[in-house]
Parts: sequence; C-alpha cells; structure tokens
Amino acid sequence: MIVELGHFALILAFLLACIQGVVPLVGAHKGWRGWMAVGEPAATAQVLLLAYAFGALTYAFVTSDFSLRLVTLNSHTDKPMLYKITGVWGNHEGSMLLWCLTLALFGAMAAWFGGNIPDRLRARVLGVQGLVGVAFLAFLIFTSNPFQRLVNPPFNGDDLNPLLQDPGLAFHPPSLYLGYVGLSLTFSFAVAALLEGRVDAAWGRWVRPWTLFAWVWLSIGIALGSWWAYYELGWGGFWFWDPVENASFMPWLISVALLHSAIVVEKREALKSWTILLAILAFGFVMIGAFIVRSGVLTSVHAFANDPERGKLLLWITAVFMGGALTLFAFRADRLTSNSVFQPVSREAALIANNVLLSVATFVVFIGTIWPLIAEAFSGEKLSVGPPFFNIAFTPFMVALAVILPIGAFLPWKRAKLDRALSFTWPVLALAIACGALVWAVQTGTTALGPIGALLAMWLVVGSALDLWQRTGRGSVQNRLGRLTRMPRADWGKAVAHAGFGITIFGIAALTAWTTEDIRVAQIGETWRVNQYEVTLDNVERVRGPNYISTMAHLTVVENGRSIGTLTPEKRIYPVAGMPTTEAAIDNGFTRDVYLVIGDPQGNGGWTVRTFIKPYANWIWAGVIVMSIGGFLSLTDRRFRVAAGARKAARPVPAE
Amino acid sequence: MKHIALILLLLASPLWAVEPHEMLDDPILEARAQALDDELRCVRCRSESIAFSQADWAADARVLVRELLTEGKSDQEVLDFFVARYGEFVLMRPPAKGGNLVLWLSAPALLLVGLGISVAYLRQRRQPPPAPEALSPEDAKRLRELTKD
Repeated sequence: MIVELGHFALILAFLLACIQGVVPLVGAHKGWRGWMAVGEPAATAQVLLLAYAFGALTYAFVTSDFSLRLVTLNSHTDKPMLYKITGVWGNHEGSMLLWCLTLALFGAMAAWFGGNIPDRLRARVLGVQGLVGVAFLAFLIFTSNPFQRLVNPPFNGDDLNPLLQDPGLAFHPPSLYLGYVGLSLTFSFAVAALLEGRVDAAWGRWVRPWTLFAWVWLSIGIALGSWWAYYELGWGGFWFWDPVENASFMPWLISVALLHSAIVVEKREALKSWTILLAILAFGFVMIGAFIVRSGVLTSVHAFANDPERGKLLLWITAVFMGGALTLFAFRADRLTSNSVFQPVSREAALIANNVLLSVATFVVFIGTIWPLIAEAFSGEKLSVGPPFFNIAFTPFMVALAVILPIGAFLPWKRAKLDRALSFTWPVLALAIACGALVWAVQTGTTALGPIGALLAMWLVVGSALDLWQRTGRGSVQNRLGRLTRMPRADWGKAVAHAGFGITIFGIAALTAWTTEDIRVAQIGETWRVNQYEVTLDNVERVRGPNYISTMAHLTVVENGRSIGTLTPEKRIYPVAGMPTTEAAIDNGFTRDVYLVIGDPQGNGGWTVRTFIKPYANWIWAGVIVMSIGGFLSLTDRRFRVAAGARKAARPVPAE
Repeated sequence: MKHIALILLLLASPLWAVEPHEMLDDPILEARAQALDDELRCVRCRSESIAFSQADWAADARVLVRELLTEGKSDQEVLDFFVARYGEFVLMRPPAKGGNLVLWLSAPALLLVGLGISVAYLRQRRQPPPAPEALSPEDAKRLRELTKD
C-alpha cells in the first residue's frame, strides 16, 4: 500500500509540475498576480509528494519487498542496512527519482527563500524550473518507473553491485546530484532573466549563492567518487578521464567559470550576456552528462544503465531545453547591454582571462569525451581517447590558471597598475620559485612535475594568504589582525578556495611524480623493503562477511624500525552478484599513504602483493575539501542576505 | 556447481595491472613497457588501458609488448605493431594527423579566438559605449537636413 501511494504521489508530482511549468509563466507574461502566485504552493507540494515517493521506495528497499522489480534487481536480504538504503539510488531508476526529488527541492527552496526576488522574476524562475521537472518526471515515469511490480516475486534479490557497497560511493550520488541539479536553478534564473529582458547586479547577487551551493556539492561529490576510485579499484589512481568522470567534471569546470563571471555581473554589471550563456551551458553539460551516463553510447567502466532508447529521450530533452534557451538567448542577448567601463588591466580583465581558460578547458574535456563518436560518424573508424590525451591537452590550462590567479586576485576593479600588483606578489613568486628549486634539488628523480607542482602550490597558497593580509590595510599588526577577523566571509572564502586549488595541484603533482611501487610474489613470512618501509606478509586467511567471502592478508609495515601496524588488504567475492572486488589497505599519512593490495595465490604457495608508497595522496582530496570550505564561507557571507534585503525596499520594476 | 564456479572465480579473480611473472628483469626495459601499457587500449574492455585491465586480452597484450621490446623494437615500432593489427582504436592517444588534427587543434584554436574576442571586448570597454539615444553621424546629418528650416 505504501509503495502504491508512492507511485501515485510520483504521478501527482508530475501533474503538479505541468501546472507549475505553465501557469506562473503565463501569469508573468500577462501580469496576472493570481496565476503568478501558483508557482510557490506548486513547488512546495511537488517536493512533499516526491519526498513521499522517495520514502516509499526506501521503505520497499529496507523491508526487502521483492515484488518491486527494482528491489529484486538491486537488493538482497543479507545486505547490510546501510547499503539497503543507499541501494535506493545505486541504480538507474532510483537515482533518477533522487534526481527529480532534488530538482523539486531546488524549486521549492527558490520559492521559500526567494522572498526578496521580484514577483514576476520569481514566477518565471519557478515556471522554468517546473518545465525542467516535467521533462525529467516524464522520463522517469514513462521509461524508468521505479515502482514497477513483478507478477511472481522471487524469494530473494540479485544484490547490489558490490563495487557500490561502499561508504564513499554510497554518498557520492546524492552530493553529486545536489550539484548537478543545483545548476538547473541557475539555468532557470538565466531563462527567466531572458524572458524579463533584463539582467542587473541584483540578478547576479541572487544567482551567485545558488551557483556556489551547486558547485560546493559538485566538488564534494566528485571528490568522493575520486577517493572511492583511489582506494577501491586497487591501483591507487584517482582520476581516469573516463567518460562518466568527464560528465561530472565538465559542469564543475563551467560552474567555476560561471561563479567568477557572476561576480563581474554583481559588482560591475558587465559580462551579462556571457554569464547568461554560461548558466545555460552549465546545465547543458549536466544534461549531456546524464545522457552519457545513462545511454551507454560511450563505453565506460562505470556502466550504469545502457539503454539507447532512454538515451534518445534524454538527448531530446537536452536538445529541447538547450535549443529553446539558446534561441531565446539569440533574440534577447542584445538587450543585455552594459555601460560599465574598465581598463585592460583590472580585476574584470583578470576574471575574463579566468573565464576564457576555464571555458576552453571545459571544451577540451568535452571534445575529448565525444571525439570517438564524432570520428566514428565521419570516418566510420573507431577511436579511443584516453588519459594520455587529456593529460597533455588539459593540464596546460590549469597551469596557466594557477599562474595568473594570485596576480588577478590582487588587481582592483576598473583600473589597476600591473607593477603595483607585481610589487605585492614578487616576494611570493620568489618564495615559490625557491620552493620549486628546493624540491628539484631534494627529489631523487629528474621529473619536472613535482617541482612545478610545489612551485604552483606555494604561489597559490601564500599568494592567497598575502591577498587577505593586504586587504587589512595599514596600521599596526594588532589592528590588522583584528581587521582580518572582521573581514567579510566572502573574502575569506575566496582566499581559502584559491589556497585549496593550490593544495590539490600539489597533491596531484606529487602523487603522479613520486609514487613508488613494488610488485612481487611473496611467501608467507617474507619481508621486503620499499623506500624506508619494511613490509612483512604474516599470513593470509579466508574470512566470511555478511554477504561476501574474503581473502584477507595480514601485513606488518615497519617504517625506519618503528612499527606502523598491521594492514589487511582483501579480495572479496560477492557470491550473489558473482563479482569480485579488491579492498586495498591504506595507512593514511600526512606526507604519504602506504597502499597495499593482495593479489592471486601463486603456484609456489606465494601471493602477489603490490606495495605502493603514494606521497601526499591525501592532499588531493584535502585541497578539494578546503575549496568547498571556501565555498561554504562565501555562502555564509552576510552580504548575500543584507544587501538582498535592502533590494527588497527598492524593488526594481521589471522592464516590459 | 555453484561451489565450483566460486572456486574458479577465486582462483581467477582479477588483479589490476601487470603481474610479477609478466615483468621483465631489466628495470629500464620494464619501465618502457609500463609506459607503453598506458598508451595501449584493451580492445576487449570498456575504455581501459592494458596497464589497468584485468582481462586476459590485456595480459596477453602486456606480454606481447615485453616480447617486442626484448626483441629490440623501439617504442614507436611496438605501437605500430598494435595499430597494424587492431587499427587506431588500440591507441589511447589518437595520433595528431588526418582528421584527428581537429581533436588536437580545436582547443588551441578556440583559445586564440577567445583571447581575440576578449581583447576586442576589453578595448571597447575602455570608453563608455555611446548612449542608445545618440544618433549616428549620418542620422544626425539627415536630421539636421530635415529640420533645416
């Protein structure tokens, strides 16, 4: 009964979305207040209905209701409770329901917290959000209904893909979806602004927190996925340039560009049409990503749902929304003129450079991802585009971005003097170069990657700190420290996020340049040496888990005569799903990870053991966390609220 | 039956990347081999290089790479050997020639276009744009002519 009600709630939510997608838009066009007001209650009711539907599906998973096709295919009574719950979104249909729920949630949040937005603009935002909801709910109900029943329910289910039975991956989709779907709201704001025919500083101020919110969650989601790949796939890589990974990376990159260009709209009322275009494209990349993940046109190790029919429908949805929005953009963009004046050396110019680099970097990822499709369409020949291409084609843009970032962050708006900015930054540059040179001298290899990574990291971290310090003005150190604590949160957020970028760069460079690996067949009791570590294979045993059987090795690791402890890498086999997984054992450290993987038993009684020493591995994800903290700091800036409230007093009359 | 399948799976369960018995004793040659592993795709797998794939095909390919290197073939000759057999599909990095030039050059081209547009935009922004009310010189001239008397 609960499940049937959930199904009913889902259909009702779809009908409500239809109303939300039409009535407020017509109302806003005609100026009918009653019709415009429909958006808010519709958005609230929609999120409640979808929350119920999602709750009903979760209930079915928790109680192992195998009369639901989806539960049978993705669950099992022996599965731990955590994974029964996360199994709800560990599949195509359930994750699509989560997607729709998040979509409705963002619409509702715009209704709840959008009190300071002019009525007409708010009605249009909710209307467009409703239309996006209509498309995805229709897709869910008509092609991927999670509430489908089975005529003859089996006694037990097929279990969830064992790779997904992992805490890192369990929470990867929800945070990723908060990010993806958050960008739907910036899309709605962009289309609503085009319908209004005006974009002003206030618009920039409303859009920026949503973009920031989406970006923070996208960052956390991507980091979780990459961290999972690092410890689960068993060879310690963190990014594989797989089509599905790229599908999440493109919206991330473009939303970074959008965040920065929206600042220019807010502060200087320039780059308006460009920002609108970015907001449209960002959601476009989200939809293309959904298409890549769910259609199976591009082969990926993360095969999710390979159904060309569903893919076709998603492609249609993408085409309709992008086509519609871009056509509207073509007709209305010329209205978005700006009178702001600035010089070629200014904060504005630096942010434009940021946008050019990020946009082209997004394009590199895009063309590399879809090139196999294009090449096959034109020449009929199958091609592969893998990590070697992306590493060469993508990295230069990030290096260029890191190089200009601290200088750009120093420049004032409107008119800047480059020599003044350089006089502030040259000590940092000197320090960074010295640091790079030191690393070059100390490292054993001859790769330039590590030193360059250290140089850029130093440049970014110290540059951000100095930027913050410089903003405290003149006076005694004590006064300046006092001012530092009273600095707007957004300034802190900026510095922290930029420093996080530097930390991630260093982590990636260090891991790539200095990983040491040792692969050997070890006998029980054998000890071997990797760098300053002595590893001993104590024993290997069979262990039975709740829904798997494990081959677990016990290895003691000694660093310079001091014991680090016993690590237990495993190989698991999930009998129901018939799938093996590798569970690496990692000793996480500040400066290095010791990463052990147990392999096959060999004929002579030994076991294949891989030992990796991965320097500064944790810095990659720590940097992303620092970036996200920067984003959260900015989100809590009171200026987002205070000034937005001030706007309410002088509510602008929208131009007809 | 299920037990046998299980035992078989346990014995043959995957291990990513190169196996110890596949590796060459010469560390320099093995390093070259591992670099080549990254460049070659496991054609039976989903977008994975032979360096990371656990499939039998990838294992055979890794051994083949090492045999060819031991015979004294250069890196390029090894890649050519694989391309001759499996087509360009086997390369993880499409060669920068023919139609693939579009893949390699479109981003640098786009960067130039983007920089060009930015420079034009920045120049235009140095002066405030003419107010929309202002008439063009021709229109102003015509207006003067029309309102002459």
